[in-house]
Amino acid sequence: MAQTEWIEACEVDDIEEEDVIRFDHGDRTFAIYRTDKGDFYASDGYCTHERFHLSNGLVMGSTIECPKHNGRFDIPTGAAKRAPVCVDLKTYPVKLENGKVYIQI
Amino acid sequence: MAATAGKRDYSLTGPEGKRAEEKGLVAADWYQTPIPRPQMKELMKRKNGPAIRDTIIWFGGLIILGYLGYLSWGTWWAVPAFLAYGILYATPADSRWHECGHGTAFKTPWMNEVIYQIASFMMLRSATPWRWSHTRHHTDTFIVGRDPEILTERPPVWKVLIMEVVHLYGGPKEIKRFFLHAFGKVDNTENEYIPQSERRKTYWEARIYLLILAALVATCVLTGSFLPAMYLFLPSFYGSIIVILYAMTQHLGLYEDVLDHRLNTRTMYLNPVLRFLYWNMNYHIEHHMYPMVPYHQLPKLHEAMKHDCPKPMPGLFSALKEVYVALRKQRHDPAYVIVKPLPATANPYYWGVSNVPDPKWHTS
Repeated sequence: MAQTEWIEACEVDDIEEEDVIRFDHGDRTFAIYRTDKGDFYASDGYCTHERFHLSNGLVMGSTIECPKHNGRFDIPTGAAKRAPVCVDLKTYPVKLENGKVYIQI
Repeated sequence: MAATAGKRDYSLTGPEGKRAEEKGLVAADWYQTPIPRPQMKELMKRKNGPAIRDTIIWFGGLIILGYLGYLSWGTWWAVPAFLAYGILYATPADSRWHECGHGTAFKTPWMNEVIYQIASFMMLRSATPWRWSHTRHHTDTFIVGRDPEILTERPPVWKVLIMEVVHLYGGPKEIKRFFLHAFGKVDNTENEYIPQSERRKTYWEARIYLLILAALVATCVLTGSFLPAMYLFLPSFYGSIIVILYAMTQHLGLYEDVLDHRLNTRTMYLNPVLRFLYWNMNYHIEHHMYPMVPYHQLPKLHEAMKHDCPKPMPGLFSALKEVYVALRKQRHDPAYVIVKPLPATANPYYWGVSNVPDPKWHTS
């Protein structure tokens, strides 16, 4: 089984409600979301359709829309919801501790 | 500078696509005017209200003009009545197809999808293939060998533009594709951009389109009149004049193979009626740079970006004149393109990876 670790990604207050930010770690890049309900999630940073970063996209409730072609994913599950995205997004567990957001990668 | 250049292969299956890939022009990072995130979030916000209002006006207008056409059928008054009906049918169908295809017109996803499907049929565009064609157009805008929506090549093929005034170039091509799709096939160009997972949907859409068209033909035969077709199938031909005029202003005469929409896309000002028909797609640089901004926010996006963009053309006529002059020049000098000065407040043009020093295609 692959080794995973919890990585500190950002402060809770770094992300507004219904928004997303970019988090780079090593040679990997992620998108950290805060939904309209205030829940935090994390996924791979790039859209599965083409290499455009989701952190420039639009969060609507618990959906993220890619900024280039308007493909949509369900943030909690990463499920592809609207063409041109056909492949689900990889998501990562998130935890909040002492005002910080951690993702398990 | 005048430069000579050989004729290029604009097909998606020829060598130009490979060449574009080698030059780093495929699915590349494009220039974007910097806009602060809070402002962009406001601009991207979705609403149902404007699109519901515009859809009611659109279909309401079609009912009124259609009724006038019915009343005047058999007289010469039917000509202006159906011309107006056709223009109100095709022009918004094109822009609604476009905006709902992006999924930005309405906030509610199913509303976008319903209008997208209706408008696709009205324009005789296969819904799923054209969604993917337009996706490619946004990934590789005006990249030769990659963009399936380059209206005409350089030197221009006037026949295509003239035939498109009554949709006689694209229309028959699409109907041929309906039959191809109905038999479970896509053509070579479509094969380049429609993923396998979307093919089944493509085939079923074509079968439904053909059933509707068969029902329309049957209605015409049974009633002994082509009046029913004046309402449903024929307007996408006889009402296409403004569709092609708008399309000509979008990219023609400008650069190919660059990674900056300010170089290959044209913004123009229009009056409110023409903007209603076009759903603000006259702000075309803005749309290409930020496709997630809905049509009703494009005037605001234009305000936020205009310090960084060339001066917009003042109207449709002046934009068409600019295009016409450029195409005339390209007839003898295919390398000719229009380069517009940027305001002092703008960032410099971004030509793209290793793209500037190609003397064959870089001239003014």
